[in-house]
Amino acid sequence: MRSLRLLTVGGYISYRALFGWLNPFMYTLTLLIPSVTQLAFFVYLGRAAGVAGDGYYVAGNALLAAATPSLFGMSQAIAGERYTQTLALLVVSPASRVAVFLGRALPGTVNGFVVSVWTFAVATLLFGIAVPWSAVAPLALTIAATSFSCVGLGLFNAALGLRWRETGVLGNLFLYVLLMFAGVNVPLARLPGWLSTFAQGLPVTHGANAARQLVAGAPFGHVAAQIAAEAVVGACYAVVGLAALRVFEVEARRGATLEVA
Amino acid sequence: MPRLFRVLGFGLRVHFTMLSRSPFDLWVVVASPLIFATLAHFLFGGGGPQMLVAAIASGVMGIWSSTTASGAGALQAQRRLGVLELLVASPMPFWSVLLPISIAISAIGVYSLAIGLLYVRLFFGVPIEIHDWPAFVAAVPATIAAIGALGFLFASALVRFRSASMVGNVFEWPVWMVCGLLIPVSVLPGWLQPVSRLFAPTWGMSALRGATLGSGHPWADIGMCAVLAAAYLIAGALCLRFFLHAARARATLALT
Repeated sequence: MRSLRLLTVGGYISYRALFGWLNPFMYTLTLLIPSVTQLAFFVYLGRAAGVAGDGYYVAGNALLAAATPSLFGMSQAIAGERYTQTLALLVVSPASRVAVFLGRALPGTVNGFVVSVWTFAVATLLFGIAVPWSAVAPLALTIAATSFSCVGLGLFNAALGLRWRETGVLGNLFLYVLLMFAGVNVPLARLPGWLSTFAQGLPVTHGANAARQLVAGAPFGHVAAQIAAEAVVGACYAVVGLAALRVFEVEARRGATLEVA
Repeated sequence: MPRLFRVLGFGLRVHFTMLSRSPFDLWVVVASPLIFATLAHFLFGGGGPQMLVAAIASGVMGIWSSTTASGAGALQAQRRLGVLELLVASPMPFWSVLLPISIAISAIGVYSLAIGLLYVRLFFGVPIEIHDWPAFVAAVPATIAAIGALGFLFASALVRFRSASMVGNVFEWPVWMVCGLLIPVSVLPGWLQPVSRLFAPTWGMSALRGATLGSGHPWADIGMCAVLAAAYLIAGALCLRFFLHAARARATLALT
């Protein structure tokens, strides 16, 4: 019960604290506008390259929009504590680490979902992409699974923040890997075989594929396996992330490098 | 006058050196050419001059990225370090302090260009064949200076805005999109195409492309970079004067 309270109340307070400085205006500036302009960039780049239609880039980049708040929001779980000099207090507390960090992951998933839905909605209007009504609910599920998998990767990024101070650089690195190799902007068929295989283990790859098929009119049953694969990828990253958090925490305590890293 | 040049030169050297040791700033300028040259390779395919131009474009994207990531928030950084009031109160005009910071932020983009060229040479075997070397060599500093001047205008206009760097970030993707870097301007909607002419990266890229391929009018484009840089500097100086006066009058320089 204590862990459940920590997970829900702790996560809620942590999210509120984030908005202590990130007000709605800043939310719009940092998340809502860039996600749409980034998508528009790739739609026009796609038109110039003539590789795929607008729908390909709209679906892929709208799903990728969930990655930005997830990766950077989760890394703030560590970097923010370090900045406010409360990281050591958090580490010495008897609270369950799993509850603490999963509590921070929950609002991150919701945030990624909201940004992704917003980007999808605006982009379909801007570029005239027709989404069948029957696809709306499965699309929402696909976006939720993708947001979760991005938060899983974000947890891993947060763990690396215990070891390396430059969490912004790490978050960017992960984001760019997704941008290039998750089948969002470059069709997997155009990548070398080994990169295409590597992409199967990345967040967004399966979600973007499912979203494209749904927009094209495929029934839910046709893409259910892809959505499940996206959720499994997210679960794997979340487990690896939580394990890495534990390992790096022990290592930091042993070497007294918690504030130094 | 010699004192003014000394402040400008010293500021440029100090800030260029500091930025060259910042992991985040270096990442910003190194990542752009690697990512966008890779994307161009997979999307457009082929090699030769087209890939060389894509590498240069991704380098210019790095210069712009650095400007939006750090340029708009240049004053915020001084505020965070606790030296903004001291700099404003110093006998030298404040623009002479801010301008070298803005130019240095764009100047580290030279790493971006170098890495872009090196990357396509080593990984994709693209020969570095520049048709007009003098124009190319002149276009690099002209592009950097013009983009730096635009950064100066941003920093000046956002002096009273605590989250200036966030506002600067908003311009990253749109300018990449409209300035004809990786995306030809002709692909954009008609109403958007004239907008590209207001931004220095458009002319800088046009000069670099022209010098590389032997097409267009690179020297005229370099001239446009100079004209735009002058316009940005004048507008920036006016903004700075207005906003600094308002901040000093209301004693809100450190609080805004």
